[in-house]
Amino acid sequence: MTTIAPEVKYTPKDFQSDQDVRWCPGCGDYSILAQVQRTLPLLNIRKEDYVFVSGIGCSSRFPYYVDLYGFHGIHGRAPAIATGIKLVNPKLSVWVATGDGDLLSIGGNHFIHACRKNIDLKILLFNNRIYGLTKGQYSPTSELNKVTKSSPYGSVDYPFNPVALAIGTEATFVARSMDRDPKHLQEMILRAGQHKGLAFLEIYQNCNIFNDGAFFHLTEKEYKADNVVYLKHGEPLIFGKENDKGIRMDGMTPVVVSLKDGKWSKDDLLIHNEFNEDPAYASMLAHMNEKPGLPTPVGVFRQIYKPTYDEMLHEQIRKVKEKKGEGDLRKLFFDATTWEIK
Amino acid sequence: MEKEIKEITHVTIRFAGDSGDGMQLTGNIFGDTTALVGNDLSTLPDYPSEIRAPAGTLYGVSGFQLHFGSQEIYTPGDQPDVLVAMNPAALKVNLKDLYPGAIIIVNEDAFDQKNLQLAHFESNPLEDGSLSQFQVIKVPITTLTLNALEGMGLSMKEMTRCKNFFVLGLTYWMFDRPLEPTINWIKEKFGKNPKIAEANEKALKAGYYFGDTAEIFTMRFSVKPAKLEPGIYRNIMGNEAIALGFVAASKKAGIPLFQGSYPITPASEILHELSALRNYDVITFQAEDEIAGICTAIGASFAGGLGVTTTSGPGFSLKSEAMGLAVMAELPLVIVDVQRAGPSTGMPTKTEQGDLLQALFGRNGEAPIPIIAAKSPADCFNAAYEASRIAIKYMTPVIVMSEGYIAQGAEPWRIPNPEDLPEIEVNFAKPEDFQETKFQPYLRNELNVRPWAIPGTPGLEHRIGGLEKRHITGEVTSDPANHEFMVKLREQKIQKIADEIPPQEVYGDPEGDLLVLGWGGTFGAIRDAVNRVRAKGYKVSQAHLFYINPMPKNLGEILHNFNKILIPELNLGQLAFVIRAKYLVPVYQLNKIQGLPFRSSEVENKIYELLGVK
Repeated sequence: MTTIAPEVKYTPKDFQSDQDVRWCPGCGDYSILAQVQRTLPLLNIRKEDYVFVSGIGCSSRFPYYVDLYGFHGIHGRAPAIATGIKLVNPKLSVWVATGDGDLLSIGGNHFIHACRKNIDLKILLFNNRIYGLTKGQYSPTSELNKVTKSSPYGSVDYPFNPVALAIGTEATFVARSMDRDPKHLQEMILRAGQHKGLAFLEIYQNCNIFNDGAFFHLTEKEYKADNVVYLKHGEPLIFGKENDKGIRMDGMTPVVVSLKDGKWSKDDLLIHNEFNEDPAYASMLAHMNEKPGLPTPVGVFRQIYKPTYDEMLHEQIRKVKEKKGEGDLRKLFFDATTWEIK
Repeated sequence: MEKEIKEITHVTIRFAGDSGDGMQLTGNIFGDTTALVGNDLSTLPDYPSEIRAPAGTLYGVSGFQLHFGSQEIYTPGDQPDVLVAMNPAALKVNLKDLYPGAIIIVNEDAFDQKNLQLAHFESNPLEDGSLSQFQVIKVPITTLTLNALEGMGLSMKEMTRCKNFFVLGLTYWMFDRPLEPTINWIKEKFGKNPKIAEANEKALKAGYYFGDTAEIFTMRFSVKPAKLEPGIYRNIMGNEAIALGFVAASKKAGIPLFQGSYPITPASEILHELSALRNYDVITFQAEDEIAGICTAIGASFAGGLGVTTTSGPGFSLKSEAMGLAVMAELPLVIVDVQRAGPSTGMPTKTEQGDLLQALFGRNGEAPIPIIAAKSPADCFNAAYEASRIAIKYMTPVIVMSEGYIAQGAEPWRIPNPEDLPEIEVNFAKPEDFQETKFQPYLRNELNVRPWAIPGTPGLEHRIGGLEKRHITGEVTSDPANHEFMVKLREQKIQKIADEIPPQEVYGDPEGDLLVLGWGGTFGAIRDAVNRVRAKGYKVSQAHLFYINPMPKNLGEILHNFNKILIPELNLGQLAFVIRAKYLVPVYQLNKIQGLPFRSSEVENKIYELLGVK
């Protein structure tokens, strides 16, 4: 961030607005809000330099609940609104709070292009795999055959894998976390906030009204260890209740191996490299859990550095000014063949 | 042989050929030279939407019409006095527009069997006598161009391409225009390719000298400089003028200009112009779609820039929801709609005025937006500038209506002195103003305008958006009474703009038998028609609306001072609909929906009809 460190140290309270939070009691959004409020003070950014932009949906109420500059836009368009803000004032730290319908259905186009252009935005996707605000229709991340109000016989829609989609756009920072893992979520929000370039963070979020337990196999104590693998840069992919399972590459295919039977050791496992420039690597991780028996990765899938759109734009403006001089209206008006009538 | 030079007051010339023949370039350069010698002029390109349609076909014909004179010129001319036809298709397509006695210059070389067939001529019109009512001048343009360039070592294709400069030279001779400005232009344009530059210059001169020496040309014309308002002039196209208007407004306001746009015919040139002006603090963002275009512009305005988005009909439709957001968020924003023939994709390169009701009403809920309509290419500058001024002063989106006809047309523009442009004041909310009280984003000033507090300003953190806001505090609420209050407040804010806009002017007498009321690009045709009937002593006046929402306060009174009101429009009667509803007056309509502008004679005839003149 180019933002100057604030003179004052903030606390989470500084980021709480005076608005009553109106999400349903028990909603996963409360945790996300709390972790954001806990993390923002750590980013050395002045409070007035944060902007939160959202679209439509439960998640998009978010800006009202943080005491910052906020823009509650229209359905799907938050990345575009955020882009305009960032380009006019690149000093700002611009965040998008969005949901699976908002970002991946109606807003899909803006999402992929914001990623492709590497606009320095932080996108927090609250993925609950359901439409909450419109009361329970399937979403573009709902599983096939899902029975909902708009799919009483089961949906015939294949879901998006948001992380894989973001990697496909070659987004420069792609991560995943869960509402019920506050420490990890805080770490991921911090990492996203520190990233220079577009940061995409998918957050598995429980909708306890319309899709309760969608992620319980990943978030609840009894299943979590066997179903989730935490990605840590430079470390082997190990999971399991007793840290007894690992991911090994069999050619191009990740497979689960046991670390107990003496056949495989830690040295045989895949070592995570989040700085791997090749999107195929991160993509492999993103698709891993689609195979039976393989765990769902959470953590940073990919972080690479390349100039951001806003940087390149303002560099271009600077260079053109250097070459042509500061724009002068009279010069502009007269920049054509002219003649005088007396 | 000494050739007679006949002085004329105005003339209309149309260049027509294949879309690859360079007729647009020829017309534009002819226009620049004509402006330079001090004539008033108006131009109209008419080209197909196919970039390179198959050569020789009727649908591939591209035309460029110019009307210039020693008097004030308001339109590109009703019917050409001179038609340059580069092939049979160009002749066929344009023949219907010619009056008996008009001059036709044809490229004789192109009238072969194949081209005649492509143009659906059963026999060669140059030989079968079907053109006997015109003055046909047959010139082997291709052969003469090739002869002129022989021995330069150019390919056949390169040489053939130069034939539009031959035509230009020939018409320069015919209308007594100087060659130097064009020679300079060629040198600048093809500087990197001196051989091509030399070839074009040779072709230009060859055309000129051919006119001078060939026996077939017996007549030359001269058009004296026009008496325009004193000042320094340049030629300008409507889209160019919009771009300059925006830059001027942002410089005057001291805030960066941000354009979020998606390429679309016939508005793209605004994006091209502005993209080249990075050193003027202009940010252009070629968005992924029309919606992103307007939404990035809204974001830009929230952050303290002047957000603008430019489009044409289909894109204008796509932006509707976001326009409503800008109404609700009360942020400055300018939306330019360069109208084209619709509905849907319609006829992208053809002009129309079909979007007026959409601009006025095409949003969900009560979403009032000020509307300004440009009347001519140069007036586009005023429209863009004034729209920006109102947008910033009143914290509101403003729509600028342009049309393909004026966006792509050109005319002389009297260059304003930047210091003389109206001031545009930006008052960002300051932290020191809110030390005692909490910042309230929907607090209002005497004009009902809310404060503009931009991110980065300490202590003024606030939230805006598309949900209904409580008066003053800006909290989200669905309180019934508050909603009605806010709807009325937003409407009143826009209607109050009428307090400061200049009263509607009437051209001609303030009362009489007939008022011709118009808006947008029909101005020139109406003015010409009104001038002609007034010259015959009829009591006919013209009022042309620049402000369409809100309308000038005195308009109702003006309407009641005339026995009849005529509204000519390039649609089915959209302004007529509004005027009837708003002022309860009967109006007569003249409507044309052919993708073409009005001819002055069409308006003139309608006026006579309404006056009962036979």
